[in-house]
Amino acid sequence: MAITIFLVFVFFVIGLSLFLGNKTKTSKAYYAAGGNIHWGVNGIAFAGDYLSAASFLGICGMIATLGFDGFLYSIGYLAGWIVALFVVAEPLKRLGKYTFTDAVDANYNSRGIKLTAAISTLVVSICYLIPQMVGAGVLVQPLLGLPHAWGVIMVGAIVITIVATAGMASTTYVQFIKGLLLIVFSSILVGAVVVRGLSTQPDQGGTVEFHRYADLSAQISGDQIVVDDPKYTVLDQQEIKGGYKFVNLSSEGLETWWYVSETGSGIVLHETQSTVLKADGKWINGAIESDSNTLRMVGNLEKIDGEGNVETGKLNVFSFLAKLSDKDTIFRTWKTANFVDSANQKVTVYYPQLVTGDQFMRPGLKFKVEGTGLEKLDFLSLMIALFLGTAALPHILIRYYTVPNPASARKSTIIAIAAIGFFYILTLFMGLGAAINGSINPADSNMSAPLLARSFSEILFAIISAIAFATVLGTVSGLIVAASGAVAHDLFDRYLKIKMTDQQKVRAGKITAFVIGGIAILLGILFKGINVSFLVGLAFAVAASANLPAIIMLLFWKKTTAKGIAASITIGILSSLILIALSPELYTLYGRNPLDAPVPLNNPGIISIPLSFITLVVVSLLTQKKKEIE
Amino acid sequence: MLHEPATPAAKDPSGPYKIKLGVRMFIVYMVFYAIFVAINLIFPKAMGMIVFAGLNLVTVYGFALIIFALIEALIYDFLCHKKETFYKKQEESTGEA
Repeated sequence: MAITIFLVFVFFVIGLSLFLGNKTKTSKAYYAAGGNIHWGVNGIAFAGDYLSAASFLGICGMIATLGFDGFLYSIGYLAGWIVALFVVAEPLKRLGKYTFTDAVDANYNSRGIKLTAAISTLVVSICYLIPQMVGAGVLVQPLLGLPHAWGVIMVGAIVITIVATAGMASTTYVQFIKGLLLIVFSSILVGAVVVRGLSTQPDQGGTVEFHRYADLSAQISGDQIVVDDPKYTVLDQQEIKGGYKFVNLSSEGLETWWYVSETGSGIVLHETQSTVLKADGKWINGAIESDSNTLRMVGNLEKIDGEGNVETGKLNVFSFLAKLSDKDTIFRTWKTANFVDSANQKVTVYYPQLVTGDQFMRPGLKFKVEGTGLEKLDFLSLMIALFLGTAALPHILIRYYTVPNPASARKSTIIAIAAIGFFYILTLFMGLGAAINGSINPADSNMSAPLLARSFSEILFAIISAIAFATVLGTVSGLIVAASGAVAHDLFDRYLKIKMTDQQKVRAGKITAFVIGGIAILLGILFKGINVSFLVGLAFAVAASANLPAIIMLLFWKKTTAKGIAASITIGILSSLILIALSPELYTLYGRNPLDAPVPLNNPGIISIPLSFITLVVVSLLTQKKKEIE
Repeated sequence: MLHEPATPAAKDPSGPYKIKLGVRMFIVYMVFYAIFVAINLIFPKAMGMIVFAGLNLVTVYGFALIIFALIEALIYDFLCHKKETFYKKQEESTGEA
């Protein structure tokens, strides 16, 4: 039933997109249709366009696993619209240009700008594509039972085929439908979460047995840990950077890994979940992986208002948040450790950490605002990148001008801000709902929102997954079209000045769509498991570093030169990508210890954005006299 | 990706006013946002203080940032519309004269 609903909905959206896309065969027809759309419809379409699955999956997943730190992304993404609306949109419109490349080149006609701006559009589009493809894999996995890679390949293949054959345009009405449905069904899910209330033994409405994780007492004898319970034998001990210790215990033929914590009176071993890569395959929790042996879903409250074994019953939106924010409410959260054991096997352990409600419901679990100066810098870097990123996304600004007049454009944006803002408030409730209802896959936080929906109803799960999947298709197709346009039009035609007929230009665009689609598929598979909102945050940082200094200084500083803009875009792209590649989060992706990463920041914004601004100013001042029209 | 707008950009005498207004409103929001970031960095525990209906400061402030963005957008639209109407009436009366 769930698969049927999912497939019907997805094919409906694809069919509608193809139908409407084929009706608008000429570019003028496309924009003219957009020009006649009511600002209310356009505003919701804005929201549908902007709210990619990364917002829905990634933010909810991060809130579910790391508390309020995930909601910082919601706040930052929304705040970015202020920069777009108040600072960039109006003056950019006065330039008479509506894409990033054309806008920055409007006064210069510079080959350097054409090249760097086109590359920037390409790079930002690919960075934004990665989380969408990861999100696609996440959605398909629980619904269709396909491995992550197949979900990514499926989305990539569908989109490439449609873009290359029919030239699918995510038309306004399709985006309007998707945006409206996403908000409506997310509201239903939030209502269900609040009405269900809180429980220390969540069983998803009686469908999933609650697993109580055990603790064992132990002693240290010399270097060895000895378990008080004689049924357990210690097979292996490992310590990883940061002082985290784990022991491998055997009992009744089952080998399991336990997390070691030290108390005043001795040590306590906490039950975990683990995967071990052995020669004969992957072992999960001491047994070989199979349909009946997979990682258990996690996420629950240990205590509510200081009491264990309680259920609150129905709540309202205020009491729901209030109880979770209480210092006597305890969340059981989960962290991940990777190491190699004594038998040279790769081990991944998902171990518990108890966190009080007042800690969970304020920043600190991911962004160490109470930590060292460097750790605080990471938080600051993120908030800057999110604030400045929206206005620098090439595919966002262009939406502002598909309506006939400035008043309609502003009203559309207001509707969009209202819809997006409301949706982001819903993400807080959905993320918290997943955190307390055993709806977290410990290996992939991105699945939290769909799994939360599944904890209520397979139909709700199917509908929400379908909407999110259709949203991914729309966003991916739009990004591939934008990136192919940058290559075919900006690079081939305007920079390399390769003379092509209209047919050849279309062909070049389609070939580019295939290549970029292929790259996106590959990267979507490689980045599996990384939170998609975090990845979008990185895309924002690259966009803010590469594009925003050029836009801002071009609009507000008369001494800006062509070489300054080109240099700024280049430095912005290079610095942000290099810093990201050397960051702790990417080191985890490489399978290495994040503490070994040479760059301690997960978000490069605080370095790469100012660096790009400084480059533009310095190079512009040095090239004042050389400013020329080519 | 296409490079033309839906309709050609017409002359807009209220443009400079809207740009100035936009920058000023951006600065107001930026200060509000910066204070949120600063409190988190300098007094992080204060963000856990219960301030309204059992909600802590960071939740209330976060919601306020979202709602304030909408309020500012509405104010911006109102003021821009007022100026556009003024110039339109001026143009019409100049045309009639």
